[in-house]
This record gives sequence, C-alpha cells and structure tokens, in this order.
Amino acid sequence: MPARKGKRTTGAPRVPTRKAAEAVRPAARQRIRVTVNGRPYEAEVEARTLLVYFIRDTLGLTGTHVGCDTTTCGACTVLLNGEAVKSCTVFAVQADGAEIMTVEGLAKDGELHPLQKAFWEHHGLQCGFCTPGMLMAAYAFLKENPRPSEEEIRIAISGNLCRCTGYMNIVKAIQHAAQEMAAR
Amino acid sequence: MTTTGQAHAVLGHPVRRKEDIRFIQGRGRYLDDIVLPRMAYLALVRSPHAHARIRSIRTDAAKAIPGVLAVITGEDLEELGLAWMPTLAGDKQMVLAVGKVLFQYQEVAAVVGETREAAVDGAQAVEVDYDPLPVVVDPFRALEPDAPVLREDREQKTNHIWHWEVGDREATEEALRRSDVVIRERIRFQRVHPAPLEPCGCIADFDRITGRLTLYVTSQAPHAYRTLLALVTKLPEHMIRVISPDIGGGFGNKVAVYPGYVCAVVASMMLGRPVKWVETRTENLTSTSFARDYHMMVELGATREGKVTALRVKTIADHGAFDASANPSRFPAGLFSICTGSYDFPVAFAEVDAVYTNKAPGGISYRCSFRVTEASYLIERAMDILADELGMDPAELRRRNFIPPEKFPYRSALGWTYDSGNYIAALDRALALIGYEELRREQEERRRRGELMGIGISSYTEIVGAGPSHTFDIAGLKMFDSCEIRVHPTGKILARFGTRHQGQGHETTYAQIVAHELGVSVEDVLVEEGDTDTAPYGLGTYASRSTPTAGAAAAMCARRIREKARKIAAHLLEAAEEDIVWEEGRFIVRGVPGKSVTFPQVAFAAYTNPPPGMEPGLEAVYYYDPPNLTFPFGTYVCVVDIDKGTGQVKVRRFVGVDDCGTVINPMIVEGQIHGGLTEGFAIAFMQEIAYDENGNCLSSNFTEYLIPTAVETPRWELDRTVTPSPHHPLGAKGVGESANVGSPAAFVNAVVDALSHLGVRHIDMPITPWKIWKILREHGITE
Repeated sequence: MPARKGKRTTGAPRVPTRKAAEAVRPAARQRIRVTVNGRPYEAEVEARTLLVYFIRDTLGLTGTHVGCDTTTCGACTVLLNGEAVKSCTVFAVQADGAEIMTVEGLAKDGELHPLQKAFWEHHGLQCGFCTPGMLMAAYAFLKENPRPSEEEIRIAISGNLCRCTGYMNIVKAIQHAAQEMAAR
Repeated sequence: MTTTGQAHAVLGHPVRRKEDIRFIQGRGRYLDDIVLPRMAYLALVRSPHAHARIRSIRTDAAKAIPGVLAVITGEDLEELGLAWMPTLAGDKQMVLAVGKVLFQYQEVAAVVGETREAAVDGAQAVEVDYDPLPVVVDPFRALEPDAPVLREDREQKTNHIWHWEVGDREATEEALRRSDVVIRERIRFQRVHPAPLEPCGCIADFDRITGRLTLYVTSQAPHAYRTLLALVTKLPEHMIRVISPDIGGGFGNKVAVYPGYVCAVVASMMLGRPVKWVETRTENLTSTSFARDYHMMVELGATREGKVTALRVKTIADHGAFDASANPSRFPAGLFSICTGSYDFPVAFAEVDAVYTNKAPGGISYRCSFRVTEASYLIERAMDILADELGMDPAELRRRNFIPPEKFPYRSALGWTYDSGNYIAALDRALALIGYEELRREQEERRRRGELMGIGISSYTEIVGAGPSHTFDIAGLKMFDSCEIRVHPTGKILARFGTRHQGQGHETTYAQIVAHELGVSVEDVLVEEGDTDTAPYGLGTYASRSTPTAGAAAAMCARRIREKARKIAAHLLEAAEEDIVWEEGRFIVRGVPGKSVTFPQVAFAAYTNPPPGMEPGLEAVYYYDPPNLTFPFGTYVCVVDIDKGTGQVKVRRFVGVDDCGTVINPMIVEGQIHGGLTEGFAIAFMQEIAYDENGNCLSSNFTEYLIPTAVETPRWELDRTVTPSPHHPLGAKGVGESANVGSPAAFVNAVVDALSHLGVRHIDMPITPWKIWKILREHGITE
C-alpha cells in the first residue's frame, strides 16, 4: 500500500460488509472472535454493539474513550488490522476475526512506547481524555510515515480533537517520538 | 534519600507531570470507566419543543421493553419533593418537566434499564404529547410588555430575573457628558459551551442497608456537591460520599448539578442498585451549562489626547429557561465589574439585567473567573474602537491609560483592589517580540496593494482566586480552600486537597509546593483530591482559584508541619529551638554547619522518638482564606491576513506575554496558556450555541459546534514577565483561564484592524468566513 501521508482517522474500517439480504436485527446476538493487544477473545455481542463499547464494557479495556457520538473527536481511536479507526463508528461484529490494538497494548513488558514517553516528556496531555486516541492515531501514522513534517503530523491528527493542549505539545511529542523511533 | 540540592530546585522547574503515567497508558479512571456490581443504566427523555405544555406522558410501552427497570417522570419526583431543585443562582430548575417544557432538550422523563441499550430503547418508547406554546429566543423580545411570560411558576409575572449595578451612575453620566469623545458600541459575547471532551455523568450508589449514598460524579467541586445534596435530598451529610474520579476536562461545565444526577440518585434509592447516567455529546451541548450570552452596550469617554474619562456598560444577560449560573452569592453578574480592565478610569458604571428565554439554562464561567471574559473582551474591544475614533495607535492608547506600576495596590473605580501589575512591561515585551513597528509598516504597504492584514492587541487584566471570605461565598459556603498533609514515618508524604483538577496538573504542582517547603523530592509527595470522605473541605477547582487558594494552603500547611518538625529537630540535635534554622531543606544548628538533620530524619523521630511531652505524629491541615484575589495580566498580539475571495481569516502570528506572578511549573503554565488561547481562537472564529426562531438548537454536536483541530490551530509564541502577588505565600496568581479571557479581543481586534480603513468598527463573534465575505461584498471588495 502506498504511504498516504497525513490521512485523517475516520470511522470507515476495511472490513467486508454484509449484503442487505443478510441484514440482522439490532439486538440479535452474534458470536465474534477478535485478537486484542495480542490476546484472543471470543464473545457474544448484539449486532448493534459498537466496537468501542465491546472493548470498554465487554473486555474491560477502558483506555479507549467515547467523547462525541458523531465520529468527530477520535477519543475512541484504535487500530483495526493495523489501520487507525474510530471504534465508535464500527460495529463489534464488523471486527470479527480482526486484530485490534488499543492504548493498553502500546507499552511492551513495562517499557513505555516512544510515543508515550514523548507525550509525557513534552507535556502532550492535560486531562488525558483524548490521549489514548491521539496516541493510537499517531502510532498508525508513524508506521506509514516515519519521517513526517510538522504539517503532515497536524493533518494526521486532525481527526482527533483535544480541548486542553492546543496541539502544539502533541505535535512536538510526535516529532520527537518519530526521531526516537527512527534512531532505533 | 534526596539531596537537599535537588529538593530546592523544585519550585519554578518544568517537572514532568506525575499524573501522566496513568493517562498515557489508558489507566486513567474516568467516570464511565467505573463499573459496579448490579449497576443499572439511566437514559433521559428530552423535549423536542422549546416551549410547550405537556398534555400526557405514557410510559407503558417503555416499561414493557425487556430490560427496562423503571420509568420516572416529573410527577413521580413531585411526590418526593424533587421535581424542582435549587440553582446556585438562587433560582430553581426543573429536574424533570412538570406541566410544561421551557427549552428544547429539556429533561422530561428518566428510564432505567439493565443495560445502556435497554435504557435507551425504553427512553425512545416513552410517548409524550405536547401542546406547543409561543417561543421566545430573543432576550430583548422577552423584555417587551406583551411577551409571553415563560416562568409561570414565579410570582413575578415577567421574564426579567434581576437587575444588578455597580459604580457611580451620576458621576459617570456627568463625566461622559464632559468628555471630548465618547464611543458607543453594541457588543455581543455569543452563547458558547465549554464542551469538555468527556461529557458529564454520574453513578449513584445508594446502599439500602447502611443508608449511605456514594455518588461518583464528574464534579469540579465535590464537597459543595455533598453539602448541596444533603440540603436537597435531606440525607444526613455524613451519609453521603461524593467521589470525583479523573475528569476529562471541565472548563466550568462540571460545576453545576444537573437533573441527570438527581434522577440517578432517585433511581438508585428506588431500585437499591447503583445507577449510571452518562450524557451523550448532544445532551452535553444542548442541556448543560452554557456560558456568556451577554448583549453589552458600551460607552467609553476620553479626552482628545486619548486619556480615558469614563466607562458605562449596560448589559442584557440571556440566562435561558432557568438562572443556573454559578457565581459567588453576592455577584449575580460574577466579577463583570473588572470591566475597567488594565486602565486608570476615574469613574465607571456597569449594570446588568438578566432575562429568561426558551433556551438551555446556565450562564456559568467557561474557563473564566465569573464573567471576567465578557468584561475583558468588552474593554479591550472598546479601547480599539476608541483608538480608531481618535486616529491613534491602539498600543499607544493603551500605554497612555495603563494603571502605572507605582499605583499598585490599585483601587479601581468599580471597587477592586488590584494586587500587583506592570502592564507596560508586558505590552512592550509583546510588541518587541512580534516586531510591531515593522508590522505596521508592512500593513501600510499591503493596504496600498489592496491586501487585507490586521494587527490586534489585547492587554487584559483578570481577577481570579475567589475568594476572601468577607466577600465570597457560594450557597453560603465561604470560598476558602484547604490542604491536609500527612507525613509518614519514612518521610514520604500524602497531601490532600479540597480542589479537583481536570487536567491542570495539581498532582504535580501541589507536590512541587509541598516538596519545596519541606525539602523533599516531588516523587516523595502523593497528591490526592476528589473523595469527600478523605479530602479536607474545599470549594473546588474553577475560576483559576486552585493555586491562589489551595496552592497557598499547601504552602501554609507545609510550614505548619515544618514548625513542629523544627521542635523535633531541636530535640534530635540537642539544641534550643530558636537556634535551629531551616536552610536548603535541612534543619541546622545556627553557627554549627556540621550539625543538621534532614526532614525525613525528623519525620522518623516524630513517630519513634518524639520530644518528651510532645504529641506524636506529623500531620497538619490548613484552611486558607485568601486576603484578596489575584490579578494576572498580560498582552496578546495577533496578526491576521484575510483572503478577499473567501473571507477566510488566517492567523499568521500570535504572541502572548502573560504574567501570573511566581511560576511554580513553567511547563504546566505554558500548557495552560496554549489551551486557553486555542479555546479563545475557537470562540472568536467558529463557536456559537445558536438557536432558530422556534428555539431549535442549531449547535447540537461537534459537526455543528466546531472544535478547532490541529490544522486550524495557530502556533502560539509565548513569553512572560513575573510580577509576584504580594499576598500569596509564594507570590503566585492563577493562570488557567488568562488566555481564554484575554485572547478573543486580540483576534477580533486584528480582524477589525484589517478592515478598519473600510469603516468597519466592530464585528460580533464568531467571525466566520461568511460574515467577512458579506462585509467585503458590502464594501464592493471582490477578489
């Protein structure tokens, strides 16, 4: 896949959609299997259950947040098969068979990811509510574009809203993390 | 063990935040993250009408839905005496509508379900019949004699709520009459919303066996909630525990008590189960506390030489359906009387009339110390209009009228005693940083080429840190704040506070203060807030009051600890107490440099070897009643370029020079200013909670109520001057709101400056491309 520099995170996942004839009732239950942060899970969910509530309520991974209900704020951003998506606009059943990564999967063996370290070091967060989504959007973006310009970073996180920081320190943190990751 | 050298490098250093370690790993514990056994969920039914009589509410269909546990209506609450609740402004507000609804999205019924989904399904199945009534959205229309009276529950058959005035009416009238020049302008500060990224919510957990209520709630003021709950529900106060967990931004939105909280409490008592209510973004924007909505008429008099002579302001305040503003009791219009700003006015007069309309209730202080933003915007806009009238440079006009540094403490015409300030220094610094003279030359040149470029200045003065108990209370509660310090035997410290941070970094800032005072490292101090069972009583975090009040309490409490520690040190060092001096984090015997003990050594002795006759242990609590407010200030300079084809305004540069006195953590202070400027930018250019003539809210989600993204947000260039507060133990002032208070005028002044040669004198916010485009076309300017 060609590197698309500076793509906003959206809610549209790359998963096959059902045909209209196969439509299910909202409250119908269905069994799904997903791998989250490397760990397999199997659960029964309602067809209408949003991925974000599956992650939060069923799996108890509450680092992924809900801030807007309109796919605007990006606090719910997770990686779905490696791509950053807004999990408030994905049904849990659409994630059947998928690999998911949430903020809880960023640190490895007690070692913070360079993005986490950089957000801490450069005061890239205040209330912390947008932070998990911001980290995941940045994580996906740096995989596609490891040496971004400031402008590209700003575009890449423009699907993630922050009410506290004014973004300057977030952008600075992502720049520093990119350098740190490139040096590895 | 920490060396004293490190300990003393604590205050004023950019210490990395202690709270971040959990937030960056998704381990914050926000309200909706909390799950209790047997927890049920609550959803609210809301009115689609802005004004209507309720004919009937049918709940049978809702109750029949699988998983629905209960449906509560206003009539049910009436039986409990809870259909209405008092507001902090001395008004009352419907919890669930009884008889009629007064604004769109008003709470009409509550449905409790086993799951989130069941509650929402139930809410959708509640059938309400409405008879629409005439809608009043314009506060001026509301004041007309033939306007429908909205609040039929009140004795007064009028939409007028209250009148408030301050200053010398006659002397101001006289001074304006004698002034060489008087400018008049109608200036609106539009209705906006704090819109923290985390919406409001609660879990009410009433234990039928113990009779105890635990309320987890997104509250900026948990202790005040506990007391208010006790007064409203009649539960004994010690049987209520309020826990405010991590808060995903507040900005004033999480000060008021909302109907959803009361419904959750009632539902929990009814069911004997914990009940969670978390609002949607739409519910947040359409029904919880809005801010501003001031229609201001300003008159500013001056001599021909540009010396201000008098200020008069008449304001109509649109409070919506209920006056649910959150102000200190004696100040229905908050601290709006700071409207003389940074200038030496001999005389001034301000009056505010509050009005009911069919809009959501509120009038809270969004990132602002009680209507200070409206006041600051007003005076900074008015000064620019005056400069335009006089044909004088706006920087020069400000310079001529600043309260001079030698006049502090300064008594303003409207009665405040400004603690300290050096306004010229901040202005000069900001102008130098941006290269003001050069920009003015560039502007002239561009104008000749037909290009639109503007420079805007705002030299704001804030009034924060409420407040001294002789003047300030909320619902009778004096506005002190508190700190409790427990020193453990190994010298590690637990410090608790009556405030509640929502991203301001208290866990770090307060730890720095305590560490500085006691000569330990920041890592050795754990800061806790938000649990009324453990924290000392306090009024909470808003109005930039935490550092001025609780931050001062931290210093004073630590000093109280140090006084006891000194006695213990004397005992350990076998010296007289008066010979013990505190130097660089150690107790030293005067004149005997080798003879010293560290604070942790003293702490250990407090539990293992206290002096004979002394009470063991090392703990203290301090309630700090500030002697005055603090008056942060600064100058913002903004440069804009306007695209004639689209009306788009581009902020080219923005320099901010802030002065918040002694800085405890410069990294955090800078972060607060970045955030405040971004919110000010949003208000100036994109945000308004708007209504159509039928009272339909047109700004009900983030696709209509815009939050700037990283792409639109300008790069902020910051610097500071330091003028300590003379009365704060550390010389600090509040800073969290300065930028949101001071910046809107800088943006608007820049845009108006770009268009001033066309005769444009004022444009109301939000300054959208459409507004500019229309103005340009009206003046025959096309690309």
